[in-house]
Amino acid sequence: MIKTDILIIGAGPTGLFAVFEAGLLKLKCHLIDALPQPGGQCSEIYPKKPIYDIPGFPEILADDLTKNLLEQCKQFEPGFTLGERAETIDKQEDGTFIVTTNKGTKHQAPVVAIAGGLGSFEPRKPLIHNIEYFEDKGVEYFIKDPEKYRNKRVVISGGGDSALDWSIFLSDVASEVTLIHRRNEFRGALDSVEKVQELKNLGKINLITPAEVTGILGDRHVKAVVVSQAEHIPTEFEVECDHFIPLFGLSPKLGPIANWGLEIEKNAIKVNNALDYQTNIPGIFAIGDVNTYPGKLKLILCGFHEATLMCQAAYQIINPGKKYVLKYTTVSGIDGFDGSRKEAPKAVVKAID
Amino acid sequence: MEQDVNIKIIDREGVSHNIVAPTDMAMNLMEVVRSYELAPEGTIGICGGMAMCASCQCYVLSDTQLPEMQDDEEAMLSEAFYVKENSRLGCQIPITPDMEGLEVELAPES
Repeated sequence: MIKTDILIIGAGPTGLFAVFEAGLLKLKCHLIDALPQPGGQCSEIYPKKPIYDIPGFPEILADDLTKNLLEQCKQFEPGFTLGERAETIDKQEDGTFIVTTNKGTKHQAPVVAIAGGLGSFEPRKPLIHNIEYFEDKGVEYFIKDPEKYRNKRVVISGGGDSALDWSIFLSDVASEVTLIHRRNEFRGALDSVEKVQELKNLGKINLITPAEVTGILGDRHVKAVVVSQAEHIPTEFEVECDHFIPLFGLSPKLGPIANWGLEIEKNAIKVNNALDYQTNIPGIFAIGDVNTYPGKLKLILCGFHEATLMCQAAYQIINPGKKYVLKYTTVSGIDGFDGSRKEAPKAVVKAID
Repeated sequence: MEQDVNIKIIDREGVSHNIVAPTDMAMNLMEVVRSYELAPEGTIGICGGMAMCASCQCYVLSDTQLPEMQDDEEAMLSEAFYVKENSRLGCQIPITPDMEGLEVELAPES
């Protein structure tokens, strides 16, 4: 059981900034995220896009914002459960909550802050009628352990960075890599495209374009995929393989959180924005893009504000009746949980002769 | 108002909506759909309008002259599902006076 003060669901910008604000109040945080890395949409959808409306940053790449937020909160030593989706929540008699992930990891905290953005990212599945039957029987939407593919025949479909990068990587691991895409053009980084071209010329990647996987064959496990090729005369043929890995990106779904008894409106969680962004269940807050209230704006900067107010309310729940006044970091500096201290340099007082 | 254009949008349930969209607010078709709440929040415009998610895919039904498709839109559509010959991403269609009479149907959610 992982125990913490504030359990944050979602490691995007709002969740990461909440770690910092909580740390100033000496509250410890743990974050759960379905993605394998922190950053949320900033790292998954648009890492290389500049953001222009973060106060104090005329321009910052989404990826750099994530790095900065991690750096800003690191002395408060947040814990992470990554690559797992928060599945269930159970209120205990002592008022705390236990949140269990899809992999069974349990987390206990007196306060839960949902900072889940648009939801957890789920793979976009191609429209192949029997694809769900073959899930975990040779069809995988994520590559978790590349060793699984050693000396196997792998078919990858998709036209973005992940399809290209995994084709390149697996060309050294798998016995055979086939990359199938609907167009001749790929959307990935230029050097990845060039590398695939090179590997294709060397015969290490079998490239089939413009084509599409339209069927999966097999008994208890994938044996082959049916490929429809559209160039000149449409043809259909089979490619024998042990694994089929469709990589068509991820799309966010609110998911199991929708069943936690929270008031939901327009795919978002209703909160009390007059006070503290608490939901209809005391002790559960929702901050950032995942919440809604009159006048809500889905902006990172609004998530930062909501995270800050949430932490103040969490402090009251965790330390009932304990006095506290807001402190400025310029005055008090920052005392990290790791023993580090950041503070303003002392003013030098010196007379001028 | 003279800057407004009339657009017909068929939502994912098949319901047709005749709506009026401003041409002077730098809006795109995806944003118009959101502003009229013709698709549930969280199911359209997920990437915010960067041609990176295809949640605003629509089928163009009128012969309205649309801006030419750029590489990123074409690449995204080549990875999207339910794509047809007349598919476009709503976020890449700015609302200008040329859009008067535009008719589109929203593609299924995926």
